[in-house]
Amino acid sequence: MSRYARISALIALSGFCVLSGARAAPPAGAPSELKIGVVAFLSGPASGPFGIPARNAAELWIDKINREGGIGGVKVVPVFTDEAGPADKVVTEFRRLALDEKVSAVMGYISSANCLAVPPVADELKVLTILSDCGTDRVFEEGKQHPYVFRTHAHTVIDGVGAARYVLAMKPDVKTIAGINQDYAWGRDSWEVFSRTMRKLKPDVEVVDALWPKIFAGEYSAEISKLLVEKPDVVFTSFWGGDLVTFSGQAKARGLLEETTVVVNNTGSDIKDLAPGMLIGSRGPHSIVSAEMAKNPLRKEFISLYKQKYGLAPNEYIAHGSYHYVQALQGLRAAYEKAIKAAGKWPTSEQVAAAFEQIEFESPSGHIALAIGGGHQAIEPAGYAVIKFDSALGVNNFTQIRVFPAKCVNPPEGMKSLDWIDKGFPGAQC
Amino acid sequence: MRLLLVVGLDGLTYASWLFLVSAGLTFTYGVLRVLNLAHGNLYALGAYLGATLVLHYAATGSTPALTYALLLIAALVIGAVVGPLIERFFLRRVYSRDEEVQLLLTFSISLILEDVVKLVWGVTPIFADLPYTYLGRVRLGGVNYAWYPFLLAAIALAIGGLLWLVVTRTRLGKILTSVISDREVSLTLGINVPRVYTLAFTAGAVLAALGGALTAPMFSLVPGVGADVLVTSFAVIAIGGLGSIGGAALGSLLVGMARSFAVYKFPELDLFVIYLIMALVLLFRPQGFFGEIEVRRI
Amino acid sequence: MTTRTRTVALLLIVALVLLVGLPLLLPEWIIFLLTVASAKALAVLGVVLLLRGKLLTFGHALYYAAGAYAGGMAVRYWGVHEALVLLALALVAGVAVSAILGLLVARYRAVYFALLNLAFSMVLYGMLLKLYDVFGGTDGIGIAEPTLAGFRLSGLAMYELTIVITALLVYLTHRFFVSPLGYTLRAIRDNEVRVEYMGVSVWRAVYVSYIIAGALAAVSGGLIALAVGHITPDLAFWSQSGEFVFVAILGGTGSVLAPVVGSVLFEFVRNYAFKLSPYTWQMTLGIVLLLIIFFLPGGVWSLTARLPRRSHR
Repeated sequence: MSRYARISALIALSGFCVLSGARAAPPAGAPSELKIGVVAFLSGPASGPFGIPARNAAELWIDKINREGGIGGVKVVPVFTDEAGPADKVVTEFRRLALDEKVSAVMGYISSANCLAVPPVADELKVLTILSDCGTDRVFEEGKQHPYVFRTHAHTVIDGVGAARYVLAMKPDVKTIAGINQDYAWGRDSWEVFSRTMRKLKPDVEVVDALWPKIFAGEYSAEISKLLVEKPDVVFTSFWGGDLVTFSGQAKARGLLEETTVVVNNTGSDIKDLAPGMLIGSRGPHSIVSAEMAKNPLRKEFISLYKQKYGLAPNEYIAHGSYHYVQALQGLRAAYEKAIKAAGKWPTSEQVAAAFEQIEFESPSGHIALAIGGGHQAIEPAGYAVIKFDSALGVNNFTQIRVFPAKCVNPPEGMKSLDWIDKGFPGAQC
Repeated sequence: MRLLLVVGLDGLTYASWLFLVSAGLTFTYGVLRVLNLAHGNLYALGAYLGATLVLHYAATGSTPALTYALLLIAALVIGAVVGPLIERFFLRRVYSRDEEVQLLLTFSISLILEDVVKLVWGVTPIFADLPYTYLGRVRLGGVNYAWYPFLLAAIALAIGGLLWLVVTRTRLGKILTSVISDREVSLTLGINVPRVYTLAFTAGAVLAALGGALTAPMFSLVPGVGADVLVTSFAVIAIGGLGSIGGAALGSLLVGMARSFAVYKFPELDLFVIYLIMALVLLFRPQGFFGEIEVRRI
Repeated sequence: MTTRTRTVALLLIVALVLLVGLPLLLPEWIIFLLTVASAKALAVLGVVLLLRGKLLTFGHALYYAAGAYAGGMAVRYWGVHEALVLLALALVAGVAVSAILGLLVARYRAVYFALLNLAFSMVLYGMLLKLYDVFGGTDGIGIAEPTLAGFRLSGLAMYELTIVITALLVYLTHRFFVSPLGYTLRAIRDNEVRVEYMGVSVWRAVYVSYIIAGALAAVSGGLIALAVGHITPDLAFWSQSGEFVFVAILGGTGSVLAPVVGSVLFEFVRNYAFKLSPYTWQMTLGIVLLLIIFFLPGGVWSLTARLPRRSHR
């Protein structure tokens, strides 16, 4: 080899060593591993539609992050735990994760009640906490600020506002609406947002009925009969999981879907079981996305990884909980990287929390920005569509997709969601 | 008038659902004086197995008419296998102990079965609606009704009638009545009481599983489906009187009609109705409608 | 040294160990676990008290929730933050509700007693869940930053407060058990009719016992509200009542201390069941319960009966 070639080779080799070294070597003060508590419903009725898919998605994404060198060069180790149980159990588990397992961060929580119970404890113990699937808008709209708590997905206001806007887009002459929702906070909040938005956007709309079956009732013949008698133009429901599939099945069997239009504000893995003709949302840009979003490389990577590890039938869509948990991990990674860059060494929890505020990052659900809630709450667009049965493929898919931009369906910074609706959506960009 | 018809029909369908779901529980209590807290899990097992059989069968594309038989078979299998297992290996050992201990035993079995169901069938909802949709619908009172719940009502009636017949008209029924009234005297009469207990518990298990299998086509099965059913069954049989099949029927009708009426007039009360009725009935008639007051032994 | 001095010394040592020693030796989250276990032990004590009269209740979570929500209402509507006030309100709520419901319930026995209590507890659950604007629904109410006599209530202070209150109420319950009314309750368990024939009012004994049991559960609820910081309608759900019964049998009914032992054991078992088998923790609990039923029928407390007895003067 000529002298010149040898020197170039040497330079190239050392350059390569430096670069890979820079990727592999974690900053000063880094722990040997980054333990993260992952909380989800592993038992009970919420485990099927949300908990287990979310946990699985977290696991596969953490594997991917580790393949790419981990967070800041440190391997991520998840500690999975079950969210099931009353508040005292959930809080005890949180404390155990923080003080016994000594995790650097906790992510998870699907139930809104837990998302309200955990933040004060997170603040007390100064543990970085990323709420990953719950819907209540109260976390950052009521009570004091939570410096260590963040939510990397949109709250449920996008579902109700999105549903209302979609209904008005599809049925501009709607005159009567009714609601059938599970009698608990999620059902109440969902209906409140939807009905208020409808009445604001079309003041002459009349609410003919609001039905409140018990959660997990399983038997809706009386409610369906009443709806068949009343024949509202649109029926709104926030049912999920088994209840949603049951209601869809019973409604279809009795022809409710022929007499009225049913809109559901949250679907995901249950799309394959729902009756065609239903208007559905998916809690953000997850199952129902714009054509552009469908080409997003991270999204395609996530879906292919998920398919590889857990299998995905051609008619199956991934639960929104799964996307949300991946968003949480992406947010966590982005925050850590930003904090490491700022500190020059391994950051403290405070530094990561400071970096997390107002952060923006990419995810399989697109570009996520923590734009409201003092920089702690993310906003996302809301996608809605009509279920269509594709007889050629024998599966359900969508038609008439509308994606409402984030600034259209989220309140602006500093304003409470219900106030924003009542004031006529100031600042909304649709 | 039309409203009355609609409320009545809905009340009837819900009542038959309730009866199918709670008949097993009251029967077991009637004979063994044990409130089987694993009842909800037996229900779930019957439902899951029935649904699985139907889904597998439906995939083969054969005639849907046979799916009803599959549901029956699933219930019989669960009842006949799990029933004797629980009774002979666990319950039998605690007959001599306090009622509380027996309750706790069935409670611990229910905890175990809950996870067994989850381990075997996973957490993905299962909806085997072919038997439900196959029968189509009928228009009554200007409202569409599915035929299937009416089939269930007929089956509920048949089961109630069958149980009554067996208990009052057959030799087996006489033996059962004897054991219920006085265990010791029955023993002295030469009746194989332990075997009667096993039989009765198994029958109760079959009824529970049957309730699950027959109602499975109507809704999506998820983990935890048994727990809800348990509390509902409690309430119904408490109203009707523990141990009384007729009471379970009456309790089911009462709650079914009340809930149906509430949905129309007071939808906010939906959640409460069953517990309010239970509390009211128990206050004025603690033994329920047809329950028997136990004579205290001095 | 007289027996009296010796007892006092023993108590002081135990108090020192519990209040000072344990917090120094044990990690923070175990202290939290003990706080929760100790608080819940009071509700279990209420169940055990009733079991002494052969009265099994499946609805004791009613009072547990009543106590917690009495505190919660005060926080939500009057902005009260003082722990002692919240606990006092919990106690008042427990006594008030049990005094009213006791009038209806004290006539019943066995399964009917159990079911009637269950029904009432589920009615309360329904109300807490449904009256969304009043009680906060399933989202619950946050009990933020409670204070103790003006000072911020830290985790350690909460632990100490709970231990002190638990010890006090356990002692008072013990006094009740050795009082004439307490013995009447025992006699009712053995043979109610004979007690009536003796001229003693069975109904009154049951009624008073019911109120005491309700009061214990209500204070328990108040303590949990303070320790956990968030209350939801689940506190009244039948599975919570079931848990109290479970722990009552786990610990045994032989002594006032048994519920505390049972409660601590249960919290630990449940937590480690979660850690070891997050997917099948229910099965683990079920198996543990089965083992207790078959091999330790008097509950864990019955193990102490096998210890060599000290001679008493």
